[in-house]
Amino acid sequence: MLYFARWKIALIVLVVAAGILTTLPNFFSAKQLESWPDFLPKNQMVLGLDLQGGAYLLYEVDKQDYIQKRMKALVSDIRTTLREEPRIGYTGLGVQGEAAQVRIRDLTRLADAEERLQPLVNPLVSNLFGGQPVNEFEMTASDDGLIRFSYTEQGLEDRMAAIVQQSIEVIRRRVDEIGTTEPNIQRQGTDRILVEAPGENDPERLKDLVGQTAQLTFHMVDTSMSGEQALQNRPPAGTVVMMSVDDPPFPYLLEETPLLSGEDLVDAQVTFDQRTNEPVVNFRFNQSGARKFAQITQQNVNRPFAIVLDDEVISAPVIREPITGGSGQISGNFTVEGANDLAVLLRAGALPAKLTVIEERSIGPGLGADSIEAGKLASIIGGALVIVFMILAYGRFGIIADIALMANVFLIFGALTVLQATLTLPGIAGIVLTIGMAVDANVLIFERIREEARAGRSAVSAIDAGYSRALGTILDANITTLIAAVILFQLGSGPVRGFAVTLAIGIFTTVFSAFTFSRLLVALWVRRRRPSKLPI
Amino acid sequence: MLLRIVPDNTHIKFMWLRKVSFPLSILLVIASLAGFFLVGLNYGIDFKGGTIIEIKTDGPADIGAIRSELSSLNLGDVQVQEFGEPDDILIRVEEQPGGELAQQSVVSRVRTIFEGQNVDFRRVEVVGPRVSGELAQAGAIAVAAALLAILFYIWFRFEWQFAVGAILTTANDVVITVGLFVLLQLDFSLSSIAAVLTIIGYSLNDTVVVYDRIRENLRKYKKRPLTEVLDLSINETLSRTTMTSLTTLLALVALYVFGGEVIQSFTLAMIFGIVIGTYSSIFLAAPFLILFNLRADAMDPKDDGEKDSDSKATA
Repeated sequence: MLYFARWKIALIVLVVAAGILTTLPNFFSAKQLESWPDFLPKNQMVLGLDLQGGAYLLYEVDKQDYIQKRMKALVSDIRTTLREEPRIGYTGLGVQGEAAQVRIRDLTRLADAEERLQPLVNPLVSNLFGGQPVNEFEMTASDDGLIRFSYTEQGLEDRMAAIVQQSIEVIRRRVDEIGTTEPNIQRQGTDRILVEAPGENDPERLKDLVGQTAQLTFHMVDTSMSGEQALQNRPPAGTVVMMSVDDPPFPYLLEETPLLSGEDLVDAQVTFDQRTNEPVVNFRFNQSGARKFAQITQQNVNRPFAIVLDDEVISAPVIREPITGGSGQISGNFTVEGANDLAVLLRAGALPAKLTVIEERSIGPGLGADSIEAGKLASIIGGALVIVFMILAYGRFGIIADIALMANVFLIFGALTVLQATLTLPGIAGIVLTIGMAVDANVLIFERIREEARAGRSAVSAIDAGYSRALGTILDANITTLIAAVILFQLGSGPVRGFAVTLAIGIFTTVFSAFTFSRLLVALWVRRRRPSKLPI
Repeated sequence: MLLRIVPDNTHIKFMWLRKVSFPLSILLVIASLAGFFLVGLNYGIDFKGGTIIEIKTDGPADIGAIRSELSSLNLGDVQVQEFGEPDDILIRVEEQPGGELAQQSVVSRVRTIFEGQNVDFRRVEVVGPRVSGELAQAGAIAVAAALLAILFYIWFRFEWQFAVGAILTTANDVVITVGLFVLLQLDFSLSSIAAVLTIIGYSLNDTVVVYDRIRENLRKYKKRPLTEVLDLSINETLSRTTMTSLTTLLALVALYVFGGEVIQSFTLAMIFGIVIGTYSSIFLAAPFLILFNLRADAMDPKDDGEKDSDSKATA
């Protein structure tokens, strides 16, 4: 156990040196690191949100909302299909729960209607494995003329996957535009999206930007009655009441079907209105949008139309003259930031479905910095206590254990840096715990050496036996902890994962430093001193 | 002279002490379980849903005023407490009825009462009803899975009596630690699960070291009665057990005192768990083996000659 081949010594020293070298960049500022020569490692540890400050937002696609919207669209498709010549008479067309349904009046034409509506089930292309073709919807017809469309399981799953994918792209475009942080946006499970923005110091703004559907639509204002009247009575067929964003909100009566939507936009920029000097958003349509816009404005001169964002009226200007250039302006008492955010949202496009925040954690930069300071202080004091205690208990061997412990700490930080694993506050706790437990392996060995010496062995032979007999125990003890760490990592999230990572890394570095590295130190000491009596 | 926590020739009759330690543990476990089922844990927002807001005010905060202003918001159960320093305030709001969206309005409503004041929102955590249910489930699964995986590992490395003994010892530690959470009404959150799992790891680590020595001594002293071998093994490892506990506790106490308010309940649970873990590996782990009739010659390969694979695993 005490003989080391030269190459082994070299390897062990190299590992420890690598640990120190990869840890070093963490002691310097990014600026200082720039002046380092290229061959030195410059990576710094990744700090978790709890240490760095930042925002963690977990969104879920609002399934119900989406199904309702999709079913409404389906209803309008059914209407168009049945109205095609020769018309098929129907009644009771509408959304019922999570299904769209219609009743065919003339039962003799039921088969005809079924055949005509069949294409609406929308076969899915993603059916990779052949087999039964899968449709988005399932159509069922009963003998009394009722035809129902409802989602198939596969169809809904496919939809959700597509929505999540699309939403991630939209969110990325939005967040990239504000450009302050580098967020991590990823899919979680089937219908969730995780947005992590380390260093973000305005989580509220981030939330506003990410979570807004940002569906921009243009509606004509119905002037047949006022918004208040429509609220009190029932709004006429084909119209809807929407509130304005003002405080207090003001009701507008609008035509339900939008004339145009944000999909036709190609650009949106903030400028300042020359007369009022207020920030406004200038937008530009694509060709087909511009054509439609021109047509609408020509036909409706001197009538008000409303610019609506997510079912809220931003402004409702009166069309003064036909707008043929394909660009327009939204003004609505914006702050500069508000106008800027709206422009970003319009440029990045609308989310395909409503997203709901189901978990939010945001930590200010001040708290993060405090936590790092506290963690540093605790680690240093904890480490110092352990170091002193080990020297008191084992003398010269205690010093060796302490050197091994320091090597261990460097290796942990080095490994965390190289792996770019995230260090969280519980992670720091994991390191402190590892410092405490790391000496366990050395304690095991030293106690064993003491025993062997008591049993009458010579110094060198006792050391040798101590190391070899303790190995099995050290492995057993550490593997059990490793199992706990791996399971923690598998099942944990966020901060708990950070804890598991440092715990697991700590186990490997501990076995190396407390067993292999300390053994090398002891061997070198034995070789030089040739002790006949143990100082332990 | 070097420090010796445990003198060299210590011979404490630990096996005899099981007459005290078994009833004591059973009592503590029953009390913990009773507390768990009758009083219940003080679940944090991770498992119960709700909102936590930590703010730093300009100068010492007037908690009473904040409390009365918050209660005017009609948010149900709202707790306001000092968090480490007089200008650091922690506000907890219970989960709002009305699904995920309702939780989101809490933060904006709480913000309104601090409008115009120089208040720094240091931390905002909102957990909706769906996520909290999932986190609770994942936490329970994590603890169960860890116990099971370790059970199999020890079974593979030792005899079955050891595996069962290790699991019972660990379960004892976990249950009593949960009992502490109930007793002190500590916030039981995701990091508490991490603390519990660490305690599992540590307690097993301790138990395995003792078992390792028992196995070795059972092979060495085949003629001695089991009780004697167990006593010897514990006495031999006693020095190591206490040394390691002490160093770990030193590090943890430093973390408890200097590590900041956020992880204090996490560290407290660990400190307690390590004390319990040390106790159980000395006073419970080995006596369990007597309970399960581990024979002194269980380690002798000749005895289970027909089960060749078993003897290899333990040889």
